[in-house]
Amino acid sequence: MSPRRVSVVECPGGPLLVRGADEVVGIDGVPTQTERAVVALCRCGRSDRLPWCDDSHRARRRSKRNKGSSKDED
Amino acid sequence: MRVPEPCGPLSEGVVRALTHEPSGPRPVLERAVGDVLDPLTDRDLQLALWTLYELHYRGFDGVDPDAEWDPLLLVSRAAMERVFEHAVRALPTDADASAEQDVVMALTRMTVREGPSDLARFLERHATRDEFVEYLSLRAVHHLRESDPHSFVLPRLDGAAKVALAELQYDEYGSGRPDRLHQDLFARGLRSLDLSTDVSAYAEKADGATLASVNVMSLFCLNRRLRGAALGHLAAFEATSALPCDRIAKGAQRLGLPEVADYYEEHVVADAVHEQLAIRSICGTLVEAEPALAADVLLGATACLTLDGRAGQQALDGWRERRRHPRRTTVRAAG
Repeated sequence: MSPRRVSVVECPGGPLLVRGADEVVGIDGVPTQTERAVVALCRCGRSDRLPWCDDSHRARRRSKRNKGSSKDED
Repeated sequence: MRVPEPCGPLSEGVVRALTHEPSGPRPVLERAVGDVLDPLTDRDLQLALWTLYELHYRGFDGVDPDAEWDPLLLVSRAAMERVFEHAVRALPTDADASAEQDVVMALTRMTVREGPSDLARFLERHATRDEFVEYLSLRAVHHLRESDPHSFVLPRLDGAAKVALAELQYDEYGSGRPDRLHQDLFARGLRSLDLSTDVSAYAEKADGATLASVNVMSLFCLNRRLRGAALGHLAAFEATSALPCDRIAKGAQRLGLPEVADYYEEHVVADAVHEQLAIRSICGTLVEAEPALAADVLLGATACLTLDGRAGQQALDGWRERRRHPRRTTVRAAG
Protein backbone atom coordinates (compact mmCIF):
# COMPACT_ATOMS: atom_id res chain seq x y z
CA MET A 1 0.00 0.00 0.00
CA SER A 2 1.37 3.40 -0.88
CA PRO A 3 1.63 5.92 1.97
CA ARG A 4 -1.46 8.08 2.41
CA ARG A 5 -1.18 11.56 0.98
CA VAL A 6 -1.58 14.40 3.45
CA SER A 7 -2.43 17.83 2.09
CA VAL A 8 -3.08 21.27 3.54
CA VAL A 9 -5.24 23.93 1.86
CA GLU A 10 -5.35 27.53 3.08
CA CYS A 11 -8.86 29.01 3.01
CA PRO A 12 -8.77 32.80 2.59
CA GLY A 13 -10.13 34.40 5.76
CA GLY A 14 -10.80 30.94 7.19
CA PRO A 15 -9.17 27.78 8.50
CA LEU A 16 -6.55 25.40 7.12
CA LEU A 17 -8.17 22.36 5.55
CA VAL A 18 -6.08 19.27 6.25
CA ARG A 19 -6.69 15.97 4.48
CA GLY A 20 -5.24 12.74 5.79
CA ALA A 21 -4.36 13.80 9.36
CA ASP A 22 -4.53 11.22 12.16
CA GLU A 23 -3.78 13.59 15.01
CA VAL A 24 -3.13 17.26 15.58
CA VAL A 25 -0.88 18.51 18.36
CA GLY A 26 -2.24 21.78 19.75
CA ILE A 27 -0.21 24.72 21.08
CA ASP A 28 -0.66 23.25 24.56
CA GLY A 29 1.21 20.16 23.35
CA VAL A 30 -1.84 17.95 23.69
CA PRO A 31 -2.45 15.65 20.72
CA THR A 32 -6.07 15.34 19.49
CA GLN A 33 -7.02 12.31 17.40
CA THR A 34 -9.35 12.57 14.45
CA GLU A 35 -11.15 10.10 12.22
CA ARG A 36 -12.43 12.69 9.78
CA ALA A 37 -11.03 12.51 6.26
CA VAL A 38 -10.80 16.31 6.23
CA VAL A 39 -10.42 18.60 9.23
CA ALA A 40 -10.44 22.39 9.50
CA LEU A 41 -7.76 23.86 11.77
CA CYS A 42 -8.43 27.22 13.40
CA ARG A 43 -6.11 30.03 12.28
CA CYS A 44 -7.71 33.00 14.04
CA GLY A 45 -7.38 31.62 17.57
CA ARG A 46 -11.02 32.42 18.41
CA SER A 47 -12.31 28.85 18.30
CA ASP A 48 -13.75 27.35 21.49
CA ARG A 49 -12.78 23.94 20.16
CA LEU A 50 -9.10 24.33 19.36
CA PRO A 51 -7.37 23.04 17.36
CA TRP A 52 -10.54 22.72 15.23
CA CYS A 53 -12.26 25.63 13.48
CA ASP A 54 -15.75 26.30 14.86
CA ASP A 55 -16.55 29.18 12.50
CA SER A 56 -15.87 31.84 15.15
CA HIS A 57 -13.95 33.82 12.51
CA ARG A 58 -17.36 34.48 10.93
CA ALA A 59 -18.69 36.01 14.13
CA ARG A 60 -15.66 38.30 14.15
CA ARG A 61 -16.24 39.34 10.57
CA ARG A 62 -19.87 40.11 11.32
CA SER A 63 -18.91 42.16 14.39
CA LYS A 64 -16.76 44.36 12.19
CA ARG A 65 -19.54 44.75 9.68
CA ASN A 66 -22.08 45.56 12.37
CA LYS A 67 -19.79 48.04 14.10
CA GLY A 68 -21.90 50.93 15.29
CA SER A 69 -24.99 48.77 15.65
CA SER A 70 -26.33 48.76 19.18
CA LYS A 71 -27.40 45.13 18.94
CA ASP A 72 -25.06 42.95 20.93
CA GLU A 73 -23.41 40.19 19.00
CA ASP A 74 -23.43 37.35 21.45
CA MET B 1 -43.24 4.32 7.70
CA ARG B 2 -46.86 5.26 7.24
CA VAL B 3 -48.53 7.57 4.70
CA PRO B 4 -49.11 11.00 6.30
CA GLU B 5 -52.54 12.36 7.18
CA PRO B 6 -53.60 14.69 4.31
CA CYS B 7 -54.79 18.26 4.91
CA GLY B 8 -56.43 19.48 1.69
CA PRO B 9 -57.34 18.57 -1.90
CA LEU B 10 -53.77 18.14 -3.17
CA SER B 11 -52.44 15.99 -0.35
CA GLU B 12 -55.74 14.09 -0.26
CA GLY B 13 -55.38 13.41 -3.97
CA VAL B 14 -51.87 12.07 -3.48
CA VAL B 15 -52.71 9.97 -0.43
CA ARG B 16 -55.80 8.54 -2.15
CA ALA B 17 -53.72 7.68 -5.19
CA LEU B 18 -51.18 5.89 -3.02
CA THR B 19 -53.56 4.03 -0.73
CA HIS B 20 -57.07 3.52 -2.07
CA GLU B 21 -56.84 2.97 -5.77
CA PRO B 22 -55.44 -0.39 -6.69
CA SER B 23 -56.40 0.39 -10.27
CA GLY B 24 -53.66 3.01 -10.32
CA PRO B 25 -53.05 6.59 -9.28
CA ARG B 26 -54.73 9.53 -10.92
CA PRO B 27 -53.15 12.87 -11.68
CA VAL B 28 -53.84 15.69 -9.26
CA LEU B 29 -56.11 18.30 -10.84
CA GLU B 30 -54.25 21.24 -12.34
CA ARG B 31 -57.03 23.46 -11.08
CA ALA B 32 -56.29 22.60 -7.45
CA VAL B 33 -52.66 23.53 -8.08
CA GLY B 34 -53.81 26.79 -9.66
CA ASP B 35 -55.79 27.62 -6.50
CA VAL B 36 -52.61 27.79 -4.41
CA LEU B 37 -52.01 31.42 -3.41
CA ASP B 38 -48.56 31.16 -1.82
CA PRO B 39 -46.75 27.95 -2.72
CA LEU B 40 -44.04 28.68 -0.12
CA THR B 41 -46.44 28.49 2.82
CA ASP B 42 -49.30 26.35 1.47
CA ARG B 43 -49.33 23.32 3.73
CA ASP B 44 -51.54 21.23 1.44
CA LEU B 45 -49.30 21.75 -1.59
CA GLN B 46 -46.13 21.18 0.41
CA LEU B 47 -47.42 18.05 2.14
CA ALA B 48 -48.53 16.64 -1.23
CA LEU B 49 -45.06 17.34 -2.65
CA TRP B 50 -43.32 15.95 0.43
CA THR B 51 -45.31 12.72 0.11
CA LEU B 52 -44.45 12.37 -3.58
CA TYR B 53 -40.76 13.12 -2.90
CA GLU B 54 -40.64 10.55 -0.11
CA LEU B 55 -41.40 7.86 -2.71
CA HIS B 56 -37.84 8.49 -3.96
CA TYR B 57 -36.28 8.09 -0.51
CA ARG B 58 -37.77 5.32 1.62
CA GLY B 59 -41.39 5.09 0.49
CA PHE B 60 -44.32 4.10 2.70
CA ASP B 61 -45.61 0.91 4.29
CA GLY B 62 -48.25 -0.69 2.09
CA VAL B 63 -47.51 1.49 -0.95
CA ASP B 64 -46.35 -0.24 -4.13
CA PRO B 65 -42.68 0.69 -4.71
CA ASP B 66 -43.53 1.16 -8.40
CA ALA B 67 -45.46 4.30 -7.40
CA GLU B 68 -42.06 6.05 -7.46
CA TRP B 69 -42.09 6.07 -11.26
CA ASP B 70 -45.83 6.11 -11.88
CA PRO B 71 -46.31 8.45 -14.87
CA LEU B 72 -49.51 10.03 -13.52
CA LEU B 73 -47.91 10.78 -10.15
CA LEU B 74 -44.89 12.26 -11.92
CA VAL B 75 -47.23 14.49 -13.95
CA SER B 76 -48.84 15.63 -10.69
CA ARG B 77 -45.47 16.27 -9.11
CA ALA B 78 -44.34 18.27 -12.12
CA ALA B 79 -47.47 20.47 -11.96
CA MET B 80 -46.83 21.22 -8.28
CA GLU B 81 -43.10 21.72 -8.83
CA ARG B 82 -43.79 24.31 -11.52
CA VAL B 83 -45.63 26.62 -9.12
CA PHE B 84 -43.12 25.88 -6.36
CA GLU B 85 -40.08 26.63 -8.52
CA HIS B 86 -41.73 29.76 -9.91
CA ALA B 87 -42.23 31.07 -6.35
CA VAL B 88 -38.66 30.16 -5.37
CA ARG B 89 -37.29 32.00 -8.40
CA ALA B 90 -39.35 35.05 -7.43
CA LEU B 91 -37.75 35.28 -3.96
CA PRO B 92 -36.16 38.69 -3.44
CA THR B 93 -32.36 38.66 -3.60
CA ASP B 94 -29.57 41.12 -4.23
CA ALA B 95 -27.30 38.38 -5.56
CA ASP B 96 -26.84 39.28 -9.23
CA ALA B 97 -25.25 36.41 -11.08
CA SER B 98 -24.35 38.52 -14.09
CA ALA B 99 -22.50 40.97 -11.85
CA GLU B 100 -20.83 38.30 -9.74
CA GLN B 101 -17.44 37.51 -11.18
CA ASP B 102 -16.73 35.02 -8.49
CA VAL B 103 -19.36 32.65 -7.11
CA VAL B 104 -17.13 31.82 -4.13
CA MET B 105 -17.01 35.46 -3.12
CA ALA B 106 -20.76 35.85 -3.65
CA LEU B 107 -21.59 32.83 -1.47
CA THR B 108 -19.21 34.02 1.23
CA ARG B 109 -20.73 37.49 1.18
CA MET B 110 -24.31 36.19 1.26
CA THR B 111 -23.65 33.86 4.20
CA VAL B 112 -21.47 36.23 6.26
CA ARG B 113 -24.21 38.82 6.03
CA GLU B 114 -26.58 36.48 7.83
CA GLY B 115 -26.85 38.03 11.26
CA PRO B 116 -26.66 36.19 14.54
CA SER B 117 -29.71 33.98 14.69
CA ASP B 118 -32.38 35.06 17.18
CA LEU B 119 -33.79 31.56 17.01
CA ALA B 120 -30.48 29.95 18.02
CA ARG B 121 -30.02 32.48 20.82
CA PHE B 122 -33.54 31.75 22.08
CA LEU B 123 -32.85 28.01 22.10
CA GLU B 124 -29.52 28.57 23.85
CA ARG B 125 -30.80 30.73 26.67
CA HIS B 126 -34.56 30.78 27.01
CA ALA B 127 -36.36 27.81 25.44
CA THR B 128 -38.23 25.51 27.80
CA ARG B 129 -37.93 21.78 27.34
CA ASP B 130 -41.32 21.78 25.54
CA GLU B 131 -40.24 24.55 23.19
CA PHE B 132 -36.97 22.76 22.49
CA VAL B 133 -38.87 19.56 21.70
CA GLU B 134 -41.12 21.54 19.38
CA TYR B 135 -38.03 22.84 17.58
CA LEU B 136 -36.64 19.30 17.21
CA SER B 137 -40.02 18.16 15.83
CA LEU B 138 -39.92 20.87 13.16
CA ARG B 139 -36.33 20.08 12.23
CA ALA B 140 -36.97 16.32 12.20
CA VAL B 141 -38.50 16.50 8.70
CA HIS B 142 -35.11 17.65 7.46
CA HIS B 143 -32.65 15.92 9.80
CA LEU B 144 -34.13 12.39 9.61
CA ARG B 145 -33.32 12.56 5.87
CA GLU B 146 -30.25 14.75 6.29
CA SER B 147 -27.86 14.66 3.31
CA ASP B 148 -29.93 12.13 1.38
CA PRO B 149 -31.20 14.65 -1.21
CA HIS B 150 -27.65 15.61 -2.16
CA SER B 151 -26.64 12.02 -2.82
CA PHE B 152 -28.91 12.21 -5.88
CA VAL B 153 -26.70 15.01 -7.22
CA LEU B 154 -23.45 13.00 -7.26
CA PRO B 155 -24.00 11.21 -10.60
CA ARG B 156 -24.97 14.56 -12.14
CA LEU B 157 -21.52 16.08 -11.61
CA ASP B 158 -18.08 15.58 -13.09
CA GLY B 159 -14.52 15.89 -11.86
CA ALA B 160 -13.51 18.04 -8.91
CA ALA B 161 -17.05 19.03 -7.83
CA LYS B 162 -18.08 15.37 -7.74
CA VAL B 163 -15.02 14.40 -5.69
CA ALA B 164 -15.64 17.22 -3.21
CA LEU B 165 -19.34 16.41 -2.80
CA ALA B 166 -18.45 12.75 -2.18
CA GLU B 167 -15.93 13.87 0.44
CA LEU B 168 -18.59 15.99 2.20
CA GLN B 169 -21.20 13.24 2.02
CA TYR B 170 -18.73 10.70 3.44
CA ASP B 171 -18.49 12.86 6.55
CA GLU B 172 -22.27 13.33 6.72
CA TYR B 173 -22.64 9.58 6.50
CA GLY B 174 -20.36 8.98 9.48
CA SER B 175 -16.83 8.84 7.96
CA GLY B 176 -16.97 5.05 7.89
CA ARG B 177 -18.61 4.73 11.32
CA PRO B 178 -22.30 3.74 11.36
CA ASP B 179 -22.64 5.13 14.89
CA ARG B 180 -21.71 8.61 13.58
CA LEU B 181 -24.20 8.75 10.69
CA HIS B 182 -25.60 12.25 11.14
CA GLN B 183 -29.26 11.42 10.49
CA ASP B 184 -28.99 8.63 13.07
CA LEU B 185 -27.40 11.00 15.60
CA PHE B 186 -30.55 13.08 15.27
CA ALA B 187 -32.78 10.00 15.60
CA ARG B 188 -30.86 9.05 18.75
CA GLY B 189 -31.63 12.47 20.18
CA LEU B 190 -35.34 11.97 19.42
CA ARG B 191 -35.31 8.51 21.01
CA SER B 192 -33.68 9.90 24.15
CA LEU B 193 -36.82 12.02 24.52
CA ASP B 194 -39.16 9.10 23.74
CA LEU B 195 -40.12 10.78 20.46
CA SER B 196 -40.98 9.00 17.23
CA THR B 197 -38.34 8.56 14.53
CA ASP B 198 -41.01 8.13 11.82
CA VAL B 199 -40.53 11.17 9.61
CA SER B 200 -44.21 11.05 8.51
CA ALA B 201 -45.29 11.83 12.07
CA TYR B 202 -43.40 15.12 11.81
CA ALA B 203 -44.25 15.95 8.19
CA GLU B 204 -48.01 15.72 8.79
CA LYS B 205 -47.75 18.17 11.70
CA ALA B 206 -45.28 20.59 10.12
CA ASP B 207 -46.42 23.96 8.79
CA GLY B 208 -46.14 24.88 5.11
CA ALA B 209 -43.03 27.02 5.50
CA THR B 210 -41.15 24.21 7.26
CA LEU B 211 -42.16 21.67 4.61
CA ALA B 212 -41.18 24.11 1.84
CA SER B 213 -37.72 24.53 3.40
CA VAL B 214 -37.24 20.75 3.18
CA ASN B 215 -38.99 20.18 -0.15
CA VAL B 216 -36.85 22.77 -1.88
CA MET B 217 -33.87 20.43 -1.45
CA SER B 218 -35.72 17.59 -3.17
CA LEU B 219 -36.88 19.97 -5.90
CA PHE B 220 -33.27 20.97 -6.56
CA CYS B 221 -31.67 17.55 -6.03
CA LEU B 222 -34.15 15.34 -7.92
CA ASN B 223 -34.16 17.53 -11.04
CA ARG B 224 -30.80 17.31 -12.81
CA ARG B 225 -31.48 20.66 -14.46
CA LEU B 226 -31.38 22.27 -10.99
CA ARG B 227 -28.07 20.74 -9.79
CA GLY B 228 -26.49 24.17 -9.51
CA ALA B 229 -29.25 25.30 -7.14
CA ALA B 230 -28.89 22.07 -5.15
CA LEU B 231 -25.23 22.82 -4.48
CA GLY B 232 -25.77 26.53 -3.82
CA HIS B 233 -28.36 25.52 -1.24
CA LEU B 234 -25.90 23.10 0.33
CA ALA B 235 -23.18 25.76 0.51
CA ALA B 236 -25.48 28.32 2.16
CA PHE B 237 -26.77 25.72 4.60
CA GLU B 238 -23.32 24.54 5.69
CA ALA B 239 -21.91 28.05 5.91
CA THR B 240 -24.66 29.20 8.27
CA SER B 241 -24.76 26.08 10.43
CA ALA B 242 -21.74 25.95 12.77
CA LEU B 243 -22.44 29.12 14.79
CA PRO B 244 -26.16 28.37 15.40
CA CYS B 245 -25.36 24.71 16.18
CA ASP B 246 -22.92 25.89 18.86
CA ARG B 247 -25.73 27.86 20.53
CA ILE B 248 -28.31 25.09 20.15
CA ALA B 249 -25.86 22.54 21.61
CA LYS B 250 -25.46 24.81 24.65
CA GLY B 251 -29.25 25.06 24.95
CA ALA B 252 -29.54 21.26 24.86
CA GLN B 253 -26.87 21.00 27.60
CA ARG B 254 -28.70 23.62 29.66
CA LEU B 255 -31.87 21.52 29.48
CA GLY B 256 -30.04 18.28 30.29
CA LEU B 257 -30.39 16.68 26.85
CA PRO B 258 -26.94 15.17 26.18
CA GLU B 259 -27.94 13.01 23.19
CA VAL B 260 -29.47 16.05 21.48
CA ALA B 261 -26.43 18.16 22.36
CA ASP B 262 -24.21 15.49 20.77
CA TYR B 263 -25.95 15.97 17.41
CA TYR B 264 -25.51 19.74 17.44
CA GLU B 265 -21.98 19.57 18.86
CA GLU B 266 -20.96 17.25 16.01
CA HIS B 267 -22.25 19.84 13.54
CA VAL B 268 -20.16 22.69 14.88
CA VAL B 269 -16.83 21.17 13.86
CA ALA B 270 -18.20 19.17 10.92
CA ASP B 271 -19.99 22.08 9.28
CA ALA B 272 -16.99 24.39 9.68
CA VAL B 273 -15.25 21.88 7.36
CA HIS B 274 -18.27 21.37 5.11
CA GLU B 275 -18.66 25.10 4.60
CA GLN B 276 -15.20 25.31 3.03
CA LEU B 277 -15.78 22.20 0.94
CA ALA B 278 -19.23 23.31 -0.24
CA ILE B 279 -18.37 26.89 -1.13
CA ARG B 280 -14.91 26.40 -2.60
CA SER B 281 -14.41 22.80 -3.64
CA ILE B 282 -17.99 22.10 -4.76
CA CYS B 283 -19.63 25.34 -5.97
CA GLY B 284 -16.38 27.01 -7.02
CA THR B 285 -15.25 24.11 -9.21
CA LEU B 286 -18.78 23.45 -10.51
CA VAL B 287 -19.10 26.99 -11.85
CA GLU B 288 -15.56 26.88 -13.23
CA ALA B 289 -16.55 23.80 -15.23
CA GLU B 290 -20.09 25.01 -16.04
CA PRO B 291 -20.22 28.83 -15.86
CA ALA B 292 -23.87 28.83 -16.96
CA LEU B 293 -24.81 27.33 -13.57
CA ALA B 294 -23.63 30.39 -11.59
CA ALA B 295 -27.10 31.95 -11.45
CA ASP B 296 -28.68 28.74 -10.16
CA VAL B 297 -25.97 28.32 -7.51
CA LEU B 298 -26.91 31.74 -6.15
CA LEU B 299 -30.62 30.92 -6.50
CA GLY B 300 -30.09 27.84 -4.34
CA ALA B 301 -28.26 29.88 -1.71
CA THR B 302 -31.03 32.50 -1.67
CA ALA B 303 -33.68 29.78 -1.36
CA CYS B 304 -31.86 28.21 1.59
CA LEU B 305 -31.29 31.44 3.48
CA THR B 306 -34.82 32.74 2.87
CA LEU B 307 -36.89 29.59 3.40
CA ASP B 308 -34.92 28.32 6.42
CA GLY B 309 -34.95 31.84 7.83
CA ARG B 310 -38.72 32.18 7.43
CA ALA B 311 -39.48 28.77 8.93
CA GLY B 312 -37.23 29.51 11.91
CA GLN B 313 -38.63 33.00 12.41
CA GLN B 314 -42.18 31.66 12.34
CA ALA B 315 -41.37 29.16 15.10
CA LEU B 316 -39.72 31.88 17.17
CA ASP B 317 -42.66 34.26 16.66
CA GLY B 318 -45.00 31.50 17.82
CA TRP B 319 -43.09 30.97 21.07
CA ARG B 320 -42.87 34.69 21.75
CA GLU B 321 -46.59 35.12 21.10
CA ARG B 322 -47.40 32.25 23.42
CA ARG B 323 -45.29 33.80 26.16
CA ARG B 324 -47.13 37.09 25.79
CA HIS B 325 -50.53 35.36 25.82
CA PRO B 326 -49.96 32.10 27.67
CA ARG B 327 -53.61 31.05 27.67
CA ARG B 328 -54.31 31.79 24.03
CA THR B 329 -53.86 28.93 21.62
CA THR B 330 -51.10 29.72 19.19
CA VAL B 331 -52.23 30.04 15.61
CA ARG B 332 -49.51 29.66 13.05
CA ALA B 333 -49.40 32.22 10.28
CA ALA B 334 -49.04 29.55 7.65
CA GLY B 335 -51.86 27.07 7.68
